Amino acid sequence: MTKIRTHYNRRSFLKVSAAAGGGMLIGFSWFTGCTSDKKIKNKVAIPNEWFEINGYIKIGDTGMVTIYSPNPEIGQNVRTSMPMIVAEELDVDWDNVVVEQGALDEDAFKNPQFAGGSLSIKLSWNALRMAGATGRRMLLEAAAKEWGLVISDLKVDKGIIKEKNGERVISYGEIASKAVGIEIPEEIELKDSNDFKLIGNSKKNVDGEKIVKGKPLFGLDFKREGMQLAMIQHPPAFGMKLKDFNEDHIKSMPGIVDAFVIDTEIKDKAWCDEKSFFQLIAIVGKSTWQLIKAKEAIKANWEVISEFENSDLHAKYLENALVSGEVNESRKDGDPETAFNKATKVIERTYSSPFLPHNTLEPMNFFAHVTENDAELIGPTQTPKALEDAVSKLLNLPVENISVNMTRMGGGFGRRLYTHFGVEAAVISKKAGTPIKLIYTREDDMTQGTYKPAYQSIYKAGLDENNNLIAFSAKGAGLPEGPVFPNRFPAGTIDNYLAEKIDVVTNVTTGAWRAPRSHFTAGAEQAFLDEIAELAGKDPIDFRLELFDRAINSPVGENNDYDAERYAGVLKLVKEKSNWGQSIAGIHRGVAAYFCHDSYVAEVVDVVLENGKAKVKKVWCAVDCGIVINPDAAINMIQGGVIDGIGHAMYSQLTFDSGAPNETNFDRYQLIRLSQAPDDIEVFFVDSNVDPTGLGEPGLPPAVGALANAIYQATGQRVYKQPFANNMALEKVVG
Amino acid sequence: MPVFTLKINNNTYTVEADSDTPLLWVLRDHLDLLGTKYGCGIGQCGSCTIHVNGNAIRSCLLQVSQAEGMDITTIEGLSEEGYHPVQQAWLEHDVYQCGYCQTGQIMSAVALLKNSPNPSDKEIDAAMSGNICRCGTYVRIKQAIKTASKL
Repeated sequence: MTKIRTHYNRRSFLKVSAAAGGGMLIGFSWFTGCTSDKKIKNKVAIPNEWFEINGYIKIGDTGMVTIYSPNPEIGQNVRTSMPMIVAEELDVDWDNVVVEQGALDEDAFKNPQFAGGSLSIKLSWNALRMAGATGRRMLLEAAAKEWGLVISDLKVDKGIIKEKNGERVISYGEIASKAVGIEIPEEIELKDSNDFKLIGNSKKNVDGEKIVKGKPLFGLDFKREGMQLAMIQHPPAFGMKLKDFNEDHIKSMPGIVDAFVIDTEIKDKAWCDEKSFFQLIAIVGKSTWQLIKAKEAIKANWEVISEFENSDLHAKYLENALVSGEVNESRKDGDPETAFNKATKVIERTYSSPFLPHNTLEPMNFFAHVTENDAELIGPTQTPKALEDAVSKLLNLPVENISVNMTRMGGGFGRRLYTHFGVEAAVISKKAGTPIKLIYTREDDMTQGTYKPAYQSIYKAGLDENNNLIAFSAKGAGLPEGPVFPNRFPAGTIDNYLAEKIDVVTNVTTGAWRAPRSHFTAGAEQAFLDEIAELAGKDPIDFRLELFDRAINSPVGENNDYDAERYAGVLKLVKEKSNWGQSIAGIHRGVAAYFCHDSYVAEVVDVVLENGKAKVKKVWCAVDCGIVINPDAAINMIQGGVIDGIGHAMYSQLTFDSGAPNETNFDRYQLIRLSQAPDDIEVFFVDSNVDPTGLGEPGLPPAVGALANAIYQATGQRVYKQPFANNMALEKVVG
Repeated sequence: MPVFTLKINNNTYTVEADSDTPLLWVLRDHLDLLGTKYGCGIGQCGSCTIHVNGNAIRSCLLQVSQAEGMDITTIEGLSEEGYHPVQQAWLEHDVYQCGYCQTGQIMSAVALLKNSPNPSDKEIDAAMSGNICRCGTYVRIKQAIKTASKL
């Protein structure tokens, strides 16, 4: 059993309850059942009275329990898994639990409320357990007091407290009113992971029923009496700035209430604040369609403020940087130059990937009601605190006067880490003097400029006469950041090693895109290792395992960012589960493994040839992410990551001409579709007692490398340039 | 502004809107039928899929003036209790991640199964490839359609 200090106090718990309760008052139905069937309605009655046990937990007199989920829900299913962790330590019947979204209040939740870096569960693990365990202890203490016993005389299961040596029984619902007055313990014991009953058992998504019925859940669905709608128009190209527009005409159009220019530039910018388009045209109106028509009628004058870039220029920037760019970060072990000269076989390959928009299917939007003194913000954000800070700075409002509530999000992928759309909504509301909901069109969303950076890397390897890997180098350039992690694998496994990262300037703005840089480095490095293994005449998995043996037994250098045994562990697991090595007629296989977000994932991609074209048939995944909270949902996450990785590597790209993106909607921009997706993706987790690590992102990166390697096995063609489908011989295109 | 009479989910609605307004925005802005989603506005993503006279249609491409007299069904009208076999299958497989595209996916799947109660993989591919799922829940969508075909 683990003992930890609670570092909570009663005041902070009450504060969060008040804030979270506010979420219910806004007319949005946050009230959500925990089971996707009708059980809860039949089993527990709606309480007449609720008792706040602590900021995360409210217990009703009927035994119904409300658990607040503190973090933004972007599809990673934390609205189910976070309350599961609280419920585990609270020892409550999951069927009696309802989940509500907590509002922004990091002081009270003692928890960073953001969705990024696959960190939600990892960073909140202790806070969530502590909330459940303190609640359990307070309820037990109340019962002990009631019966004149001590806690050790009691046991609890599924919210029912029993006397160990007696007949007395009382439920959480019955004792909750008395637990409210109990002192919060300073120190609390957490369960041993072997005693978990809920964690590790699959529970359905708490919003499932609402999703399939089409209930309003998303920011775009939010409505408030008296609210107007708003749209923006940003410059059509990077390097342009707004001068003026036909304001009078736009204002005179049907359904248009107001039109004006806003300036959203924040002086002291945080990493997630807007970097490119500050002066925007804002239109306020009554209906979405009238706003779309008014937007089309805009005639604006733009001034040129920097050079227009295009895709050819971007390719040149990257090529030049790899020849003569300044290295920003590097690692060197041994003497790579001499080793390459001594090598009997040397292989060098260049890999690249384009800019990509995130394309969350729900476009950017936000509700704002800003007055002279305060701001109310409701919508889809991965970083509610950063949004609060940005609005506070720009509108000069104290953070205490700003509230942020999070809606369920139609996808995140990093896109909603950036605050601009919430800030724009706030500025428009203030200027229009009315509550508004800002809506981006798909075109606004795809041309706004929070893209995955463009990358190019050169990998080089040298083998000695016995086919041992004696030299390795990776040099990566990125617009704007180089895709190299100097201390990740294969660092530590090769005596002579060089990694160099080169950052290149561009006026196209970028952002974190699911598994930033890892999605590219995994694809490049793992495809390159496949070629090295082939050159050495070794099986690709055996070759990798040899490298991990080296890292386990006598690692090169000390600063290696991975645990070689766990890395090798997922490779061995995927080897076993996929029956690697067994030859099946018509199946062509590729393998890859990658470590990021503190988790290890190995994948085998099976490709078949259908009418001469390669198609991904099945994918096998082995995952080590520590303790798995909700297994079926975790499988879903990995499956999604695999399809995301295959889809973007295969089909997607954003190209530029005269500073403007050429692909502005799904007619020209290709996302993977159902017919191109594998029939099956099997996922296996390493049984682990390690505290949970990332899950939302690590499934994606290895899919890119395993796909490239499988395509080679099927077609004999190595693919280096993403999107692969555009850069393969036509008859070999997958799909 | 012109007035239109629409038959949606067996109810009759009267709406005042520009005649070129896509039905999608009439459903969302005027009628609060918010289960039909906006994703692209050009008929490429399938988030706004509804049934018109029993066929799966992209509501962003159908103008309100063209929709009069037609029998329109949205996700809200799929079944009385919200437990159409396809919805049940979706719940059983816990298909969704973010959930945004899923009402459109369900509407496409229902139309497919009505025309072909035991669809082949090729038929599923053809009927469902107009619906984008950005989270990549395609494997589960395929499984759920097969489950629904047995319910």
